[in-house]
Amino acid sequence: MNKPLDNPAITDPKARYKAGVLKYKEMGYWRPDYEPKDTDFICVFRITPQEGVDAEEAAAAVAGESSTATWTVVWTDLLTAADSYRAKAFRVDQVPNTGPGTKTEQQYFAYVAYDLILFEEGSIANVTASLIGNVFSFKPLKAGRLEDIRVPVAYVKTFKGPPTGIIVERERLDKFGRPLLGATMKPKLGLSGKNYGRVVYEGLTGGLDFTKDDENINSQPFMHWRDRFLFCMEAVNRAQANSGEIKGHYLNVTAGTMEDMYERAEFAKELGSNILMIDLVIGWTAIQSMSNWSRKNDMILHMHRAGHGTYTRQKNHGVSFRVIAKWLRLAGVDHLHCGTAVGKLEGDPLTVQGFYNVCRDAYTKQDLSRGLFFDQDWADLRKVLPVASGGIHAGQMHQLLDLFGDDVVLQFGGGTIGHPMGVQSGAIANRVALEAMVKARNEGRDIKNEGPDVLRAAAKWCKPLEAALETWKDVSFNYTSTDTPDFVATPSASA
Amino acid sequence: MRITQGAFSFLPDLTEAEIRAQIDYALSKDWACSVEHTDDPHPRNVYWDMWGVPMFGLKDAAGVMLEVNACRKAHPEHYIKVNAFDSTRGVESIALSFIVNRPKVEPGFALERQEIAGRGIRYSTRAYSADRPAGERYKA
Repeated sequence: MNKPLDNPAITDPKARYKAGVLKYKEMGYWRPDYEPKDTDFICVFRITPQEGVDAEEAAAAVAGESSTATWTVVWTDLLTAADSYRAKAFRVDQVPNTGPGTKTEQQYFAYVAYDLILFEEGSIANVTASLIGNVFSFKPLKAGRLEDIRVPVAYVKTFKGPPTGIIVERERLDKFGRPLLGATMKPKLGLSGKNYGRVVYEGLTGGLDFTKDDENINSQPFMHWRDRFLFCMEAVNRAQANSGEIKGHYLNVTAGTMEDMYERAEFAKELGSNILMIDLVIGWTAIQSMSNWSRKNDMILHMHRAGHGTYTRQKNHGVSFRVIAKWLRLAGVDHLHCGTAVGKLEGDPLTVQGFYNVCRDAYTKQDLSRGLFFDQDWADLRKVLPVASGGIHAGQMHQLLDLFGDDVVLQFGGGTIGHPMGVQSGAIANRVALEAMVKARNEGRDIKNEGPDVLRAAAKWCKPLEAALETWKDVSFNYTSTDTPDFVATPSASA
Repeated sequence: MRITQGAFSFLPDLTEAEIRAQIDYALSKDWACSVEHTDDPHPRNVYWDMWGVPMFGLKDAAGVMLEVNACRKAHPEHYIKVNAFDSTRGVESIALSFIVNRPKVEPGFALERQEIAGRGIRYSTRAYSADRPAGERYKA
């Protein structure tokens, strides 16, 4: 949209408010001359307009439907300072490698600004009800995706954010200068409380910092929640005494009602657990409530992003995970699964690094190659510790450390429990690989290239690591990612 | 047993050169090093005794090594760790911490259980060495 464009909004009040149907552009939702304010929300949507709908009208429709508009003119707008409530689409770019001559229909990045007054303070539920409420079902669009969002500092400051944050979590655990190590208990379903606690005990005693319930472990017939909590805390405390280190098990308190979740959280606290877990599927309001509870009770809050793939993975429709991550940092979680790039689950390495930046930055810089469209000032909001989990093993330690640095929880589930010499050996292998790699990196070794040598050298004196490297030596998941950033260095002209 | 606090406790004890390399790394990041020691290694004992104050402004690893070795000489049977402090806004905390000295024999911890209502148990971790007064622990 580098060429100057006229503002197509109808300004004559008589013409603007005549009963009937106007184009969204004419109603004032397309404002190419608009300069977003520091206090505005800015969203970038990837849109695929229906045939015959021009890009600017489609962008205006997105702005309209995610703010004040309905399908027809209403005179009651005149009872309000309508112009400030209208979202304004102010820029449209063609998405590279879409449209005629490509495999993908023509898509556009539509930039929309929203005035701060549109959003209730401290409520992600309210933000989402506007920004992704109706607009994604809207007929003039074939598909739409919320790619990124710039949250104004004024709104960031209405949230308390993570109850603990990376810094305080490390101080509580007394663990510094290396990634934390975890594992998800397997099998996911069917173990009794006693058998489940056994796996927790073996993993933590072997050398993990944390073990984890899986997303669908709640309170099923084979293991009721109180049993799980009691046995897991026996395991945590035994492992702590065995090692002299602080250990934890993410007790998943996800349940059918808030009352049940609070009851489970209270019991976890009573037993001395230092960390709780919830699933993304419980919803924004429940997440914020559990965040408040965790802050009040000195609890670390682990978030499993269960369900996100239904709307984050396909590029043409849904919500990017970087937006979900921003909302979760505001809503207030301490741990967040953000992908591994090298494991079994979806994740282009640069895109995944973008999610990590959103969690950990004090100030996120625009970085189109990582899918970050905007600068984002986090206003000193505490930082979320990202979690890399899903199909990773000790042999990838150098890649993981190189991609993600120290502030991450590396979770090897199968890569711990599936170890041929047993769960403790699996944990030892991962911990030795981790410490050896951090040490080598600090010594100035080029771990990206020399990583395998570092691992082999450690395996010479550590049998469990040797066995792990042998067992999983050829395992990798080299599939093409579906969610990759699209950008051009210089914005193209609007359609 | 072997207490596994700190960043490198699963590796063989670091040599002088290896300790120095880690200190060099910390100093290259503008982190300030400090030395702390204790004979109470309980996992919740966050306040080990400070061996002097953190060495803000010190640029040479040799200076830190001097303090490490002086502390070792004074407390050969104590746990000693090197911390590196990052004063960046929003961090303002320890960025690296690792053990550089430990007693020859580490008796470890007892886990005490107090049975309470229902099936609840109140746990408490007690270092065997803590039975003796501070300064007397880890002596033959």
